[in-house]
Amino acid sequence: MSDEETKENSTSPTEAIETAGPHVAAPHVVEHLELGFWRKYVFSTDHKMIGIQYGITGLLFLLFGFSLMLLMRWQLAYPGEAIPFLGELFGPDRMPEGIMLPEFYNQLGAMHGTIMVFLGVVPLAVGAFGNYILPLQIGAIDMAFPKLNMASYWAYFLGGVTMLTSFFVPGGAANSGWTSYAPLAVIATMGQTLWLFGMVFLITSSLLGSINFIVTTIQLRAHGLSFMRLPFFVWAQLVTAFLLLLAFPPLEAAGILQLMDRLAGTSFFLPSGLVVSGVPLEVSGGGSPLLWQHLFWFLAHPEVYVLILPAMGIVAEIIANNTRKTLWGYKSMVYALIFLGFMSFIVWAHHMFLTGMGTTISAFFQTTTMIISIPSIVILTALFLSLWGGSIRFTTPMLFALAFLPMFGIGGLTGLPLGLAPPDIHLHDTYYVIGHFHYIVAPGTLLALFAGIYYWYPKVTGRKLNDTLGKIHFWGSFIFLNGVFMPMFIQGLAGVSRRLYDGGAIYAHAQGVLHLNEFISVSAWLLGLAQIPFIINFFMSMRKGKKVSDNHWEATTLEWAATTSPPLAHGNFATVPEVHRGPYEYSLPGHKKDYTPQNERVEV
Amino acid sequence: MEIPYTATARPDTGLFNAKLGVWMFLASEVMLFGALFSTYVLLRVGAPSWPHGYEILNIPLATLNTVILISSSVTMVMSWASLMMKEFKKYKMYMGLTILLALGFLIVKGFEYGAKFSHGLYPSESTFLAIYFTLTGLHGLHVIGGIIVNTYFWGPGSKMWHTDPQRFTNRVEVAGLYWHFVDLVWIFLFPVMYLL
Ligand code: HEM
Ligand SMILES: [Cu+2]
Repeated sequence: MSDEETKENSTSPTEAIETAGPHVAAPHVVEHLELGFWRKYVFSTDHKMIGIQYGITGLLFLLFGFSLMLLMRWQLAYPGEAIPFLGELFGPDRMPEGIMLPEFYNQLGAMHGTIMVFLGVVPLAVGAFGNYILPLQIGAIDMAFPKLNMASYWAYFLGGVTMLTSFFVPGGAANSGWTSYAPLAVIATMGQTLWLFGMVFLITSSLLGSINFIVTTIQLRAHGLSFMRLPFFVWAQLVTAFLLLLAFPPLEAAGILQLMDRLAGTSFFLPSGLVVSGVPLEVSGGGSPLLWQHLFWFLAHPEVYVLILPAMGIVAEIIANNTRKTLWGYKSMVYALIFLGFMSFIVWAHHMFLTGMGTTISAFFQTTTMIISIPSIVILTALFLSLWGGSIRFTTPMLFALAFLPMFGIGGLTGLPLGLAPPDIHLHDTYYVIGHFHYIVAPGTLLALFAGIYYWYPKVTGRKLNDTLGKIHFWGSFIFLNGVFMPMFIQGLAGVSRRLYDGGAIYAHAQGVLHLNEFISVSAWLLGLAQIPFIINFFMSMRKGKKVSDNHWEATTLEWAATTSPPLAHGNFATVPEVHRGPYEYSLPGHKKDYTPQNERVEV
Repeated sequence: MEIPYTATARPDTGLFNAKLGVWMFLASEVMLFGALFSTYVLLRVGAPSWPHGYEILNIPLATLNTVILISSSVTMVMSWASLMMKEFKKYKMYMGLTILLALGFLIVKGFEYGAKFSHGLYPSESTFLAIYFTLTGLHGLHVIGGIIVNTYFWGPGSKMWHTDPQRFTNRVEVAGLYWHFVDLVWIFLFPVMYLL
């Protein structure tokens, strides 16, 4: 029987609807109702639900990782003093009589870094924003591989659970820094093994995710959406996905080797003649601790761009929308982005100038590091120039996006001296480095991620976040973030090392800048308080926020062509959109409105 | 709504989704094994002395395994070609052969490992053995992964042939690309570990 015949012969109405398939609108609703609670909210294969899952989990991990640091800041400001009220809760293995043990301090430090980077920022920037926004912006009904997408979230979840569990094993969580340098990490307590297993889960997750993002972007673009018409956000996610795809496997290799060292007794990272606590280690030896650093930084340098590129993408969208003007130099931004992606694979050893690599190798990595700063500056300059002559709307997301620009600028500029071996010899492993990268990831990326939340919240929920609370959140965060990180440059220039249990108290050269520790800690705690308006706003606005239209910001990109909280189960758009123009056609002369959506056909 | 280009190629890219997906996956695998081979080079260059593979490892068995694995790549291609010619029975036969050959590879490898262990040669013995077991072990895991996927397409997964033959053929093609990669890794592993 042919399809035609089946249709004519069927009598029952349900059957008729089933065979009619996509031709009628009704089956959507049917499909929708069929999904039970578990399939809809938990084991969802819809990119929007997965994006929300990533977003909520990522935000919770950010809060958790941040709290770890708030505890550490007490010890740094008041070394050896008991933490009032809270301290005793941690028990005698961690804080006897409320005083933090050095071992626990090390666990907090290692896990703060790991959680913020791998469980907080990346899942939020890529997993949440990428998943929710990217398919909508390219006019797709879902990601190319919805089941892999679900698997990616659950691998991430398992990785997170493994990391959290590690706090409760004998010896506590990993305590060798987020960089897990060998041989220290190889001989560390059991928490390190769990750290490695956790990383294997997280790497699997980002591998599945990155394949999905690349295939989706290349294959599922709407009709007419050529590469040079893609929103900058999509470009940023695409390049990020390539970085994740190609940079993570070497860390996976390194993780496997370290697991072998810890579990099978090999010596990949253990040199001959190692003596631990006065006892020679009984291993075959002959391994190389430097090998770990090479493999780790081969991942971790591209990883720092994974932390920043999606943020640039978000900021670019918001700036175009709020200046009512196209991005200045869109094409050069895209080329800079691609070039940056390539270059980020050949700068890694600028983290290793002090390991005695030899001057030739150092010269190579100094050169590539100076070269890679050029595309970053191109993008930043283009974003600054985009403001020129715009009629700027100072909306809440725009405030965050505007603040990103100088913050990223400070972070990037302070990186330059680190990229040259002579100044780096003085600055390496000091608080200056901590200041440098936090300016990029905290006042930089985090502000951009908040900007993204304020900007797309109406799309996800149909309601707007409250502006007054938003502005309190913005000014609080902005001021205290600088209060935390600016003094670190001063401490670092004075030579105070990072990862010191007492914040430098026993060093003569640190005495002059020691008082800053208290200032930093207080700023950090106030920064914590400044997040309360955001948390209240986030939940309150779901119920009580002002209801807004589908295209609240009068934006041009395709996600605004879908209804608010687009229907689940692979159906984003009422009709599949077709693209007729570039991403940011604002304020075109002769047009009635000051924005022309990408899918709008009419010329005038 | 159906996700587009699962069965047919997108005209401007000339690819169906899974094919691009598997190429991306293989790119990441190249980086994984690339890192491990680089590790091998760095450790060997830095070592005061390094044994020749043929002094410790069993070359005849490894040669046999090389032949087995290359043959399985051939039968894998044949299974896909049979689907292209719409000969489902032949597909079943060639795919079955591929799976059996892969199992044969693992059995031989098992004998090799067993012989080493019985002589007290464990990964912890030397850096050479450490990298040998790590690299071949990881390759073995990839073989097992391939067997699982191929068995699924040989058994329950092959029902799709009757409902969506084009998509099923695509799936087998993609599984084949992966399988050739696993084969290729061995072709690097064999000389590097056993001969040099
Ligand atoms: C714009 C040009 C940049 C240059 C020239 C640069 C240079 C450097 C150098 C040379 C170091 C090593 C310092 C040392 O350990 O002695 C470093 C550390 C670091 N950078 Fe950058 N960087 C730049 C941008 C970025 C970006 C965009 C990020 C993104 C988040 C970033 C994140 C980091 C991190 C996380 C570390 C410290 C890692 C650690 O030791 O724990 N950097 N940077
Ligand atoms: Cu770097």
